[in-house]
Amino acid sequence: MNRTFRVVALVVAFALGAVAYQQGVIPQIIQRWDDVWFLGKEHMLLVAVSGGLAIVTGIPFGIWLTRPSMRKAAETMIQGLNIGTTIPTLAILALSMSLLGIGKVPAIFGLWVASLLPIVRNTYTGILAVPPHMKEAAVGMGMRPNQILWKVELPNALFVIFAGIRTALAINVGTVPLAYLIGGGGLGELIFSGIALDMTDLMLAGAIPVAILAVLTDFAVAQCQLWLVPRGVNPLR
Amino acid sequence: MIKLEKLTKIFDTPGGTITAVDHVDMEVGEGEICVLLGPSGCGKTTNLKMINRLVVPTSGKIFIDGKDTDDYDPVELRRNIGYVIQQIGLFPNKTIEENICIVPDMLGWDRKKSRARAAELLELVALDPALFLTRFPKELSGGQQQRVGVIRALAADPPVMLMDEPFGAIDPINREVIQDEFLKMQQTLRKTIMFVSHDIDEAVKMADKVAIFRDGKLEQCSSPDDLLAHPANSFIADFVGGDRTLKRLRLVKVSEAMSKGAPSVTAESPVADAVKAMEDHGHANVVMVDERKRPRGFVHMNDVRDKKGPVSDHYEALEATVDAREDLRTAVSLMFSNDVTWLACTDADGKYAGYITQRGITHLLGETYNQ
Ligand SMILES: Nc1ncnc2c1ncn2[C@@H]1O[C@H](COP(=O)(O)OP(=O)(O)OP(=O)(O)O)[C@@H](O)[C@H]1O
Ligand SMILES: [Mg+2]
Repeated sequence: MNRTFRVVALVVAFALGAVAYQQGVIPQIIQRWDDVWFLGKEHMLLVAVSGGLAIVTGIPFGIWLTRPSMRKAAETMIQGLNIGTTIPTLAILALSMSLLGIGKVPAIFGLWVASLLPIVRNTYTGILAVPPHMKEAAVGMGMRPNQILWKVELPNALFVIFAGIRTALAINVGTVPLAYLIGGGGLGELIFSGIALDMTDLMLAGAIPVAILAVLTDFAVAQCQLWLVPRGVNPLR
Repeated sequence: MIKLEKLTKIFDTPGGTITAVDHVDMEVGEGEICVLLGPSGCGKTTNLKMINRLVVPTSGKIFIDGKDTDDYDPVELRRNIGYVIQQIGLFPNKTIEENICIVPDMLGWDRKKSRARAAELLELVALDPALFLTRFPKELSGGQQQRVGVIRALAADPPVMLMDEPFGAIDPINREVIQDEFLKMQQTLRKTIMFVSHDIDEAVKMADKVAIFRDGKLEQCSSPDDLLAHPANSFIADFVGGDRTLKRLRLVKVSEAMSKGAPSVTAESPVADAVKAMEDHGHANVVMVDERKRPRGFVHMNDVRDKKGPVSDHYEALEATVDAREDLRTAVSLMFSNDVTWLACTDADGKYAGYITQRGITHLLGETYNQ
């Protein structure tokens, strides 16, 4: 099954490659390699910084919402965040620009907002989904609240948290090309220039690397999820 | 060891107040197993959870070893009380070894010592450490998980154990096995144990003391035999069941109901000796033993009264014998299945030790009722 899938994938990739070559995309990429390389790095930097920020802020925020003191406020906040996701990412970027102007900072801010919600929500629901009896066992054995968080709640929610990170980064990588529109740079530059100049090969020289980076990012997060989540609570192992 | 004084818990709920535990006074001695029993919702779990402060009492006192539990830091208190919850509560993210070592690790035990302890405890409940230490809870059967739940509570060797239906999730056959293992363990460990159950048979089997609750009140707290023989009121009599006398059969050993010093004959003895032995002893049967004193058969008075020759010409084979260390339930069951009214009993070496009769059993059980 897996083997046939890989063979099919290879054949498709090869066919796409052949078509792309014929369309002059590959020569285009090779010819513009310096641009692709430079913009690709910029692109990944945007993903890394905004995604990283979303992770390091989203998880603590999600944890904070699960603390007993927040019990009442938390549901309202999550509802608010849920409404937040219905806002298209392009609109978020536009709002960010109207707040912070043009450049990398508003781009990163917009991307951070767009990828925050899945992380917060999954951290929150993941921790709340830890069965109460498991927490009772932990308390009954004499664990302190922070020991319960680190040894019981977080490890058991980790798989769900990773799923949130995966969704967040998928949204993030998909939105980064739009960041070009508010001066964030990245591979969007090639795509939008290609569209504006009606140069399909230029556009594809941006679009194909974006697609490859998206697949690679997702693959990397999936690998982290597979290997970092303890075997006992990892349905994939 | 554990002493409850006027212990009361009142829950405030939107629908009004619920008195879950109502002025309970009781005491469990060191090394005793006390089983809390009663219908659902009568306050057993709440009573148990107040002891390790998972539930804070509304009023009343709890003393462990003479010391008021209010004076302990709750975390310290809990680390010194083994706690088994009904839903087992193993941590799925940790291996069996890590699960067992949680409390020892928190207490700062040496790592080598705690890991060795984990292996030793697994062996105690008949799970092979080489196989199970590195497994995760999801890789164990329900019964195996429950055993690990119990030994995890034992890991730091706490003097007191609280267990909430620890064998509830296991099928009846495996439950018996685990109960037996647990009792064997308790013989050497001598923990002070409070244990919630809703199974009267389990209570009768495990308990030194049974505490019966109704609507938060302690109705009776006494030994299993006393409870079955003298239920304090009709609620308890109903609760323990109309067959409570049959349940007492489990509590009495064959050796207690057995007629000792009964005569026996050998295959070579003349029947006249057998007749004389029966007349002297006043029993219409006498057991024939082999050269190693194991019961082999018997002769009945009516068959041999005027006969001659050795016993070997006249004896009948014994359908069944019973080990004197078994309980009366086993003996009665053997009598019924073999359609006999008496059984020859053997000691640990298989030698003839005496006999037990249906009359003897009914008499013994009846005695307590006439007190
Ligand atoms: N946290 C709580 N808040 C409000 N009421 C509670 C709470 N915990 C228990 N109760 C109530 O207290 C009573 C006793 O509950 P408890 O859990 O001690 O019963 P139990 O004897 O253990 O029953 P079971 O055999 O069903 O486990 C019940 O009426 C229950 O509804
Ligand atoms: Mg209960």
